[in-house]
Amino acid sequence: MLLIECPWCGERDESEFSYAGEAHIARPLETEKLSDEEWANYLFLRKNIKGLHRELWNHAAGCRRYFNVERNTVSYKISGSYKIGEQGPVGDDT
Amino acid sequence: MSKYSIFSLARNAMSFHQNWEKVWRSPEPKKQYDVIIVGGGGHGLATAYYLAKEHGIKNIAVLEKGWIGGGNTGRNTTIVRSNYLWDESAHLYEKAMKLWEGLSQDLNYNVMFSQRGVYNLGHNLQDMRDIERRVNANRLNGIDGYVVGPEEIKRAIPALNVDAGCRYPVLGASFQPRAGVARHDAVAWGFARGADQHGVDIIQNCEVTAIRQENGEVTGVETSKGTILAKKVGVVVAGHCSVLADMAGFRMPIESHPLQALVSEPIKPVLDTVVMSNAVHGYVSQSDKGDLVIGAGIDSYTGYGQRGSFSGIEHTVAAIIEMFPIFSRVRMNRQWGGIVDTTPDACPIIGNTPVKGLYFNCGWGTGGFKATPGSGWVFAHNIATGAPHELNAAFGLDRFTSGFLIDEHGAAGVAH
Repeated sequence: MLLIECPWCGERDESEFSYAGEAHIARPLETEKLSDEEWANYLFLRKNIKGLHRELWNHAAGCRRYFNVERNTVSYKISGSYKIGEQGPVGDDT
Repeated sequence: MSKYSIFSLARNAMSFHQNWEKVWRSPEPKKQYDVIIVGGGGHGLATAYYLAKEHGIKNIAVLEKGWIGGGNTGRNTTIVRSNYLWDESAHLYEKAMKLWEGLSQDLNYNVMFSQRGVYNLGHNLQDMRDIERRVNANRLNGIDGYVVGPEEIKRAIPALNVDAGCRYPVLGASFQPRAGVARHDAVAWGFARGADQHGVDIIQNCEVTAIRQENGEVTGVETSKGTILAKKVGVVVAGHCSVLADMAGFRMPIESHPLQALVSEPIKPVLDTVVMSNAVHGYVSQSDKGDLVIGAGIDSYTGYGQRGSFSGIEHTVAAIIEMFPIFSRVRMNRQWGGIVDTTPDACPIIGNTPVKGLYFNCGWGTGGFKATPGSGWVFAHNIATGAPHELNAAFGLDRFTSGFLIDEHGAAGVAH
């Protein structure tokens, strides 16, 4: 069971949260000029990292706000949470 | 290699079954092959088997980082069906179903394919509309199936709770009589034996660490057992295709999630078919040993650890108890997880890649086992000819750029 720290509410059980995928994917500007490849890249292609992964979570059964988590996708160890727009922690890769 | 038959059984009985020959050789890798298959699961072994048998390419190596049948091939809930909604996937899975029906004879290895039927339950009006639509689409594609009502379901599955007053009442189901289950380990072993008989080298404990390329063409792979050269490399790795794509220098529209399953202690025969439900989200069958084989949905977050979350177990068991209150005191024996590569449209990616000579067959998500022979069949054709088979032409990586997605999410049922 993951213990996730919401930057606003503190540490809570994983069942209070919903996962929202890879973090730091900015919606491209000037979308009318994007090629099909650039659209595919934005919409579908993911890093799917084996190791330290930065991802979006939503505190669905709490404050309902989105925030970022850095988590190891092999050990599932969470190295930290941070608010959107902040610079995140860099955990060890174990 | 000797053929398995009643006579070979009698002959080996004379020596108290001490002298059966090994089912496949375990050779050291050669320096060079015509084709390298990365991944020794069911799909990879089937690809090698059909490459050798149908396309006459015998100089093949199958590289497996663990052992044969130790990945998702040995971790699934063994359900086989072909009742997918859209034409592209229906044709692909139905090709697999036709191969399943003759597979034990073809491989001379009993894969214990049991066409005990699969029920997909509907619990509300929209479920029933979707079921009717899917059954009609299936029948237009020549796939068997019909819609059944609660009375008929109750007759076929007495243990299922169809009371009108329960939280998720059973309003009906789709039934595919030709669907069923197969013994997953036997599928891997049977294909391994078949491929080996055609001269394919199966190399276990051999992990690929890099993909060699020159001028945009693949030239071989680096492995934990040294460099192995080949002009054609087929990657069939459930759970790690993003890692392999990263080695080759491109990205995939894939996210890897843990999916878990569990089996109960063996109990007396109680369920002679397969029951799946999308709304309560669980599926269950009973193995020949008597254990209930239970599965449900993936964990929401991505992960490469081959284990599932505790809340996942809770959801799974809750769904099964909702359908079968009689199972509430059955004890669970084992629980495990596998990594499934999910795509945005819940359909696999089979075909060519930006690197010449490098082919990918991946992204089968939660339901790849049922497609094992069909997947190998089309991928073997793709590798041998360099161009997709008509059945996998629609499943190329380019569909995420062109927009021609095959949206099976929910259509075929999220529960596999």
